[in-house]
Amino acid sequence: MIIEIGHFALVLALAVAAYQTIVPQWGAWRNDGPLMASGRVAALLQVLLIGISFVALTHAYLTSDFSVMNVAENSHSDKPLIYKISGVWGNHEGSMLLWVFILAIFGAAVAVFGNNLPATLKARILSVQGSIGLAFLIFLVASSNPFLRLFPAPVEGNGLNPILQDPALAFHPPFLYAGYVGLSIAFSFAVAALIEGRVDAAWARWVRPWTLVSWALLTIGIGMGAWWAYYELGWGGFWFWDPVENASFMPWLVATALLHSAIVVEKRGALKIWTILLSILAFSLSLVGTFLVRSGVLTSVHAFAVDPARGVFILAILAIFIGGSLSLFALRAPSLKAGGLFATVSREGGLVLNNLLLSAACAAVFIGTLYPLALETLTGEKISVGAPYFNLTFGPIFIPLLFLVPLGPMLTWKRADVMASLRRLWWAAAAALALTLVVLALALRGPWLAPLGVALGFWLILGAAAELVQRAGFGSHPLSIAWARLKGLPRSAFGTALAHGGLGLMVIGVIILSLWKEEHIVSIKPGEQIPVAGYTVLFKGIEPLHGPNYDGRLGRFEISKSGALVKEVVSEKRLFRPRGMPTTEVGLLQAFWGDVYVVLGDEGANGTHVVRASFNPMASFIWLGAFVMFLGGLLSLTDRRLRIGVPKRATVAALPQAAE
Amino acid sequence: MTRKQTRTAIILASLAVLGLAAGLILYAIRDTIVFFYTPSEIAEKAVKPGTRFRLGGLVETGTLKQGENAVYTFAVTDTVAIMAVSYKGQLPDLFREGQGVVAEGVLQGDGSFVADTVLAKHDENYMPKDVADKLREKGVWQDGQKSANP
Repeated sequence: MIIEIGHFALVLALAVAAYQTIVPQWGAWRNDGPLMASGRVAALLQVLLIGISFVALTHAYLTSDFSVMNVAENSHSDKPLIYKISGVWGNHEGSMLLWVFILAIFGAAVAVFGNNLPATLKARILSVQGSIGLAFLIFLVASSNPFLRLFPAPVEGNGLNPILQDPALAFHPPFLYAGYVGLSIAFSFAVAALIEGRVDAAWARWVRPWTLVSWALLTIGIGMGAWWAYYELGWGGFWFWDPVENASFMPWLVATALLHSAIVVEKRGALKIWTILLSILAFSLSLVGTFLVRSGVLTSVHAFAVDPARGVFILAILAIFIGGSLSLFALRAPSLKAGGLFATVSREGGLVLNNLLLSAACAAVFIGTLYPLALETLTGEKISVGAPYFNLTFGPIFIPLLFLVPLGPMLTWKRADVMASLRRLWWAAAAALALTLVVLALALRGPWLAPLGVALGFWLILGAAAELVQRAGFGSHPLSIAWARLKGLPRSAFGTALAHGGLGLMVIGVIILSLWKEEHIVSIKPGEQIPVAGYTVLFKGIEPLHGPNYDGRLGRFEISKSGALVKEVVSEKRLFRPRGMPTTEVGLLQAFWGDVYVVLGDEGANGTHVVRASFNPMASFIWLGAFVMFLGGLLSLTDRRLRIGVPKRATVAALPQAAE
Repeated sequence: MTRKQTRTAIILASLAVLGLAAGLILYAIRDTIVFFYTPSEIAEKAVKPGTRFRLGGLVETGTLKQGENAVYTFAVTDTVAIMAVSYKGQLPDLFREGQGVVAEGVLQGDGSFVADTVLAKHDENYMPKDVADKLREKGVWQDGQKSANP
């Protein structure tokens, strides 16, 4: 019964989405207040209805109702509670339901929080948002319905893919989806602005917080995915340039560009057309990502089921939305008025360069991801594009960008002096260089890229600090005044510094882990030990393992340093009963300077076991960096400019240099 | 500076960045991509020793051996030809005899293959899509075929 209610609510939501697409738009054309205002009701109703569907499906999972096909195929009564809940989106249908649910939440958020939007703009935004919901609800109901019944109902379900039976499943997909789908708001704003034919500073001020939310969620979502891959897949890697990873990375790159170009529209009224285009591209790449992951054209941990009909369906949605919005863009963009003037060397110019490099980096990833698919479709030739391609293309484009990051905030609007800006950064550069030399003195080895990467990381962190120091006026004002000024800086200044500094932490982690990783693979017996990077990993022994829905064996290892025990870790080989599928759990010692990572392998002859022990230096900096960037995004979001609107004159007058 | 000059500067910068990106991409695509072959194609296409490629097929039953120091040897077949593979490291959880596998590595002078990466997918009925396609061409694989050892 509950399932039928959920199913019915989903179909009703489809009807409401159709209403939301047509009526507010029509109201905006006729300038009819009540019709426009009904968009708000529709958006709220839609989130309520899809919410009911979502709860109904969750209920079926919790009660292990195997008469529902989706539950029977993807759940099992033995499964721990947390995986019954997160298992709702651990499959194609459920994850698409979560997708439209988040879409509806964002739509409702615009309806509720967008009170200061002009009525016609708001109506059009809700209408575009409704049309995206409509397309994906049709997709859900027609080809990915999670509410189909199974008769006769099986006694037991198939179980969830054991790889997904991890606490990270509860967080990684919802955050990532929220980031993906949040970009639909920027898209809706852009399309609505194109229909209106008006883009101004106010428009940018409305778009920016939404983009900021999506960007922050994408950042943390991707970061959690990398962390999950690191400890769950057992290879000790965090990023494989896998098409599915790239699918989330491309929207992130464009969202980052959008975040920066929207500042120019807001502050200076320039780059309007470009910002509109970025808004469209960011969500288009989210759709491309959804297509890559959900269509089954790729085989990966994320592709749950392969069904060509679904691929064609998503491709059609893709064609309609991307083609439609770009056509509208081509038609209307020339009529948008160009904004403020600026010299080539200026804050605006710097942000243009930021956007150019980010777009080029995104293009390199895009081609590397789609070229194999295109080649196979056209010629039948099968190739794989891996890390070497991305190191060679993404690297040379992204590294100069990283070098320029600290310089950007030092440039002044309209016209800037590069030398003067660099002079403000000299101590950051000197300190970064000195720290790099210290690191090299401690550990001089590896390719030339290592010192470059470390220097780059320090430069980013210190450059971010330098901006705060500069704006507060440390050095040029007495300490107490500078301190007061620092406290008076807008939160977005701290947000920027955190985001840029977090990027620096991540660069250090990525470079050092990639280049200085130490790995040993040996066959050993219990009692034997492996030395790894100053640690000693002692193999204590093997025990049988019995979990709630798996059996297997467990290896105990003692990690010690200079004779003292640091931690006992356990690596498990699990065999999941419902599917007979094996997985490996890693034994992990996390420390500031690096992780010791122990993986139990196959049993060999004479009681030996294959064991892989590695030292992953600075690994935690990667997740820490992502988290700091996420915090930076959230902090920016609480800036009073975004909460309340334009900063008051008085604040600006009191802090002349604090104004951006 | 006039609007026109700024625009020219931006357009020139865009062209420079785009040119650089296009150059890098074209160079990288020529140099870094890895082709995918089944054992019989290696003879057909006269792949030279020292070439890096992905080898796909089924792990021949009864050929998996664990040697000294975690060096595994096994044979990969597309039922027409067979190729010996050696790999040092831990095999993926889903690696099994009789199942599909993709190994990336370098062809040796003696005709064997030394892999540095072995992939098996995160699903128990997995057949790498590449392998399934190639085997379907050779008539060995039928759609919907499940593994013998679920």
